[in-house]
Amino acid sequence: MIKVENLTKYYGQNCAVKELTFHAEKGEVLGFLGPNGAGKTTTMRILTGYMPPTSGKVTIGGYDVIDQSLEVRRIVGYLPESVPLYPDMRVNEYLRYMGKLHQVDRLDERVAEVIEKVNIADRAHSFISKLSKGMRQRVGLAQALIHDPEVLILDEPTIGLDPAQIIEVRKLIEEIGKEKTVLLSTHILSEAQQICDRVLIINRGQLVAEDTPEALQKRLTGTQKVTVHLAGDPTPATEILRGLADVLRVEINDQNRIVLESSGETDIRPKVIASLTAANLEILEVYAETASLEDIFLQLVQEEETEKQAQPELEAALEAEAHSSQEQSEQGGENHA
Amino acid sequence: MRNIWTIAEKEFKSIFHNAIAYVFGVVMFLSLGIYFMILLQYGMQTQTYVPDMRVLLDWVLFPIFFFGVPVLTMRSISDENRTGTLELILTAPVRDVELIIGKWLGIFLFFLCSLALTLLYPILLNFLVEPGIDFSALSAVYIGLILAVGAMTAVGVLISALFKNPIASLLASLGAILLMWIIASPASNTTGFLSDLLKYLSLPEHYYGSFYYGSVSLSSVIFFISLTVFALFLGARVIESRRWK
Repeated sequence: MIKVENLTKYYGQNCAVKELTFHAEKGEVLGFLGPNGAGKTTTMRILTGYMPPTSGKVTIGGYDVIDQSLEVRRIVGYLPESVPLYPDMRVNEYLRYMGKLHQVDRLDERVAEVIEKVNIADRAHSFISKLSKGMRQRVGLAQALIHDPEVLILDEPTIGLDPAQIIEVRKLIEEIGKEKTVLLSTHILSEAQQICDRVLIINRGQLVAEDTPEALQKRLTGTQKVTVHLAGDPTPATEILRGLADVLRVEINDQNRIVLESSGETDIRPKVIASLTAANLEILEVYAETASLEDIFLQLVQEEETEKQAQPELEAALEAEAHSSQEQSEQGGENHA
Repeated sequence: MRNIWTIAEKEFKSIFHNAIAYVFGVVMFLSLGIYFMILLQYGMQTQTYVPDMRVLLDWVLFPIFFFGVPVLTMRSISDENRTGTLELILTAPVRDVELIIGKWLGIFLFFLCSLALTLLYPILLNFLVEPGIDFSALSAVYIGLILAVGAMTAVGVLISALFKNPIASLLASLGAILLMWIIASPASNTTGFLSDLLKYLSLPEHYYGSFYYGSVSLSSVIFFISLTVFALFLGARVIESRRWK
């Protein structure tokens, strides 16, 4: 449905997106994860036909985003991060206006449908300036849905909402995601974990990782961390646990719990429980921590940073070598002379 | 094409959503009314003076549009740019041209309605003066006014597309209209190609040259219409260039 090949965008000298390549199938919910300034909004603006790329090819539904911009805009629904609205219009007025711009048939019906869908029916006649942030977000979503687009592009759809509203919006996105292709950007990692089928991690305009949340976790968590809470003194248990196969480290943390790290090949918990019970120790809690997307994200971003830092060091080291070998040959030449 | 009308309708309605329309209306009719009264009183006193509608239109209406056009056009695109709603419109299946023409049309229709309401005065005057006023000469004046306002509105919308800040648009539009007003003054006593060119570009030359005196000159009509078209065309290009930034 969405095909992006080698997308590059320069703002003047500043490279915002570099050689980005990815695709999204019909009915997929794709998440864009990245720190602020990573290039998520720029990519979305290019996909919606707002601005053209510096180079690369982008097609949505088979339509090229530059050559067939109008067709692309007909099948894409977009909600920018700032949720722009006209404060002096009423909700239904505004939705009718956007519907007309999108050439929607059966306009009144569609407006009513979409108001129902985002659950804003009781405020349909209010002025937009009187609405709360959560409601405005919903009106923005309604606007993105009014022409029943095949592709929805949402820039940080849950930003600034309170927890209850966040849950509502996420539910809505999940529902929509069943039938349509959704591309959303976020830097709330748990959100990406919950609603996205696949996640793209972007940093500094480049793709850092692309996979399902589960696969990413598997890929990048080498180890499994297990925490054990015993009723009594944990010290004798540490010896027992150190003796288990696959266990790399055993420590006692400041809450007097045992934290052990295993190689992660198999789930170590059953063995832990069995061995501790066999030693007649009273177990209160045993739980495993899987690396959250947050850890993966930080790890990836850090990896990139260290790579980038290593680069100049590497170059400097290579230069130094070249220099010294030059000196040596010169000296050798002098000696010969 | 439908998009043009959708945008025009919304722009027209939104003018009434805030105070600008009402302030404009009050100022316009207040000053017209006062001036009309002064005209009549002067006419009654001197007995030889026949109140002339054109004086009313000239001294009151032109300054009002001079300021009114920039004030009403300043927010037309600047606001959309500032609040981010321009992003929504440009990602909807709307052509840049449709946006500009729609904005222009909405504001122009508002001015047209206000001009239509000022017809009250000629009609009143018709009953007060013997043998009545020359409506055909007056219609030339109104045609000139309509064309001039259309052109100034187009320039205002173009300038609004250039700036994100509506105040900047306001000042630039005022400057542009002022420029069109005084551009011929260095050429007033000279001849030659350059002075002819300056005279052709000047608003008062066209308005007073023909419409004011009751004649509808083709060259002036073409001037105003081409200025309107040119400004709108440039405006569409400006909006397009925003995407490439």
